[in-house]
Amino acid sequence: MTFFGWLTIVLFVVILSALAVPLGSYMAKVYSGERVFLSPLFAGPERLLYKVLRVDPERGQDWKSYAKSLLIFSLAGWLLLYVILRTQDAFFVPHAVNPLGYHSAPWNVTFNTVSSFVTNTNWQFYSGDTTMSYLSQMIGLTVQNWLSAGVGIVVAVALIRGIIGRSPKSLGNFWKDLVRTILYVLAPISVIGALVLVSQGVIQNLSTYLTAHTLTGLTQSIAMGPAASQLSIKMLGTNGGGFFNVNSAHPFENPTAFTNLFEMLLVLIIPAALVFTYGRMTGNRRQGYAIYATMMVMFLGAVVVAYVAEAHGSPAQHAAGLHTHAISGSGGGNMEGKEQRFGIAGSALFDVVTTVTSCGAVNSAIESFTGIGGAVPFANMSASETIFGGVGTGLYSILLYVLLAVFIGGLMVGRTPEWLGKKLEAKEIKLAGLAILITPLAALFATALATATRAGRASISELGKGPQGFSESFYAYLSQANNNGSAFAGYTGFIQPNAGNVGSHGVTFADVLGGLVMLFARFGPIVLTLAVAGALVGKRVTPAGLGTMRTDNTTFVVLLIGVIILVGALTFFPALLLGPIVQGLTGHLY
Amino acid sequence: MRRDIVTSAIGIVVLTVLLGLAYPLLITGVSQVAFPGNANGQKIFAGGKLVGSKIIGQSFAKPVIGKDGKPEEKEEELVTEPDPSYFQSRPSATEGGAYNAAASTFSNRGPNDKVTEEEDAENIKAYLELERPYDPGLTTAQIPVDAVNTSASNLDPEISPANARIQAHRVAAKRGLSLSAVDSLVAKYTDSRGLGFSGEPGVNVLELNLALDRLKGAKS
Repeated sequence: MTFFGWLTIVLFVVILSALAVPLGSYMAKVYSGERVFLSPLFAGPERLLYKVLRVDPERGQDWKSYAKSLLIFSLAGWLLLYVILRTQDAFFVPHAVNPLGYHSAPWNVTFNTVSSFVTNTNWQFYSGDTTMSYLSQMIGLTVQNWLSAGVGIVVAVALIRGIIGRSPKSLGNFWKDLVRTILYVLAPISVIGALVLVSQGVIQNLSTYLTAHTLTGLTQSIAMGPAASQLSIKMLGTNGGGFFNVNSAHPFENPTAFTNLFEMLLVLIIPAALVFTYGRMTGNRRQGYAIYATMMVMFLGAVVVAYVAEAHGSPAQHAAGLHTHAISGSGGGNMEGKEQRFGIAGSALFDVVTTVTSCGAVNSAIESFTGIGGAVPFANMSASETIFGGVGTGLYSILLYVLLAVFIGGLMVGRTPEWLGKKLEAKEIKLAGLAILITPLAALFATALATATRAGRASISELGKGPQGFSESFYAYLSQANNNGSAFAGYTGFIQPNAGNVGSHGVTFADVLGGLVMLFARFGPIVLTLAVAGALVGKRVTPAGLGTMRTDNTTFVVLLIGVIILVGALTFFPALLLGPIVQGLTGHLY
Repeated sequence: MRRDIVTSAIGIVVLTVLLGLAYPLLITGVSQVAFPGNANGQKIFAGGKLVGSKIIGQSFAKPVIGKDGKPEEKEEELVTEPDPSYFQSRPSATEGGAYNAAASTFSNRGPNDKVTEEEDAENIKAYLELERPYDPGLTTAQIPVDAVNTSASNLDPEISPANARIQAHRVAAKRGLSLSAVDSLVAKYTDSRGLGFSGEPGVNVLELNLALDRLKGAKS
């Protein structure tokens, strides 16, 4: 551990918080329909889009109608993406957009990939550099990076409207929310972000791969492509699917320590800002501060554990005789699977940023993290996106936990629980409970199935022996159930003997199970969250009395953290013991 | 229901055109005008030919020439050995030979894995064999971790300053340069931390080796 490592972590948190507050206020205005400084620029295109889409933006929707629009739109996106990916080498696709002539992946891998991008997961069984044409990356994957992010955000906004709704049973209009999200929130940040990244060395071109002749007489082939445009929205929308196979570890995708910081900010900025949006829209900013404090405490805990563990080094390094403490000119630590320019702190922080959110981008090989360092992303995902979480999904996930915490608090003091003046009754608690349980259920059920069957074990890598093999499987389904997308990347669902998909085939079991897990754990909670919003929206508001439990003070923050850890630990601890914790507690090599 | 289907169908097509074509092409256009060098991968040319990208690591190993005068091959890959007159990059495990920048990949070596230990031990041995003749006091304990562990992308363009300072002994001896001359070149091509605090300093191996070659060219 070094002084600069800790400084990076502290400054990152300060910069993030300073940017999230104003963005949160801005987004509150966007979703309240107020004029913002970008209105002169986007009001025209906004009206035009409504006309083209044939929607009346003023028509309010109840929760069922809102959910229906959302599901049908997502299905349309799913179908189009499937067609695009399966026809990337069809006769009508011009050579210029598939310069390397890559064939399409088989149906099972494509099923997994499509489900993955439509659900904001971006789990990747494929490798971008050796399977995807530029056109597929652009009109297929990039588009879903935008849309799945937009869909996540509008659900959070609808839930806020449900909580603050006074009388009309309307959660807003899905199409209006989606259009405004894309135009006023995602587009400006994404465009600026992409250009900042190019200015620092991320590539953006449509050239064919380069062939270099090295100083020692070897040849080197170098991948090219339109990376920056996809990268920017991949981070901002907490999607996380890399343009290249190694994601944000690739020097073309994350060239410097500065871009590393910048990309982490892009990931967290909207999830953090939405918390303040919530505070503003409820008319009590302290509600937002309380949630932000809850998230930040858990976030910092995870960062500290990951950094300390990785700086300590791994049993394999020590057994080989390496000294892993910092020396002059080298930061030391577990540098297996980490880039020199990021160092241990930059890798550990990135790892936590992308696994507390549902981003899942990686700048280091999570599979090579130490046992305890690798347990951190597991623990982050066990918290089911309540620590910032994905764009939108993070806010609605923690609000469901708030509901649960208020209910438990109410039970403790023996009063009917109230939340922002609304009485919580059996219906909401049941819906929220169910929504909270879907993700763990999907993750654990799929892991059990994958480790207990021969077809499931086929995906475990050659190196994945002993607890590492269990960790690989568990991580795969936990990540897909959380719509995260990061991986212990040895776990495979795709056999590709040659670049370009010639002779490749998928591992049907892993592809299909993973795809179903992602769809179920994405749209299940979304529908239930909208149902909660629908149940809350019409409730009468009673003024807070002396006996009302407050949800904006330290006591409540502690209670909320307790509930989140309790639920996460009760559901996941036994499984965690079998994998990463075993490895963290022993120096034994397998 | 019908209204949703119509809107979804129109919406997905319109948004695909806007976000999948207009947006990436806009970024491509602006980047190609404003940052052509970066957008195209910071290519480095020497003597009229492309020698690589500034930010993509490469191998400084040379092909082993067999008894028949041809480069040796094993399992359809060239057999190579480190060229001692160049600084060496970190170990790389990409498929089709080290530093294959058309197929980036993680090594996925686990922390408690015997294979990881064996790979580390092998890399330590190779490093000592290469460097100890020129830096006699060198011990395993002094080897910086980045010289032994593979990077995340397996395309890391940088090595740690500590790693470069050890290799400087060999490069100086092989090229007939003074150690201080090589050390000052190392310092020149060491990138500092991002914004002064973030990440680790690193030495760009390709740039450093090119500078060494230029030095030689200037002399002769």
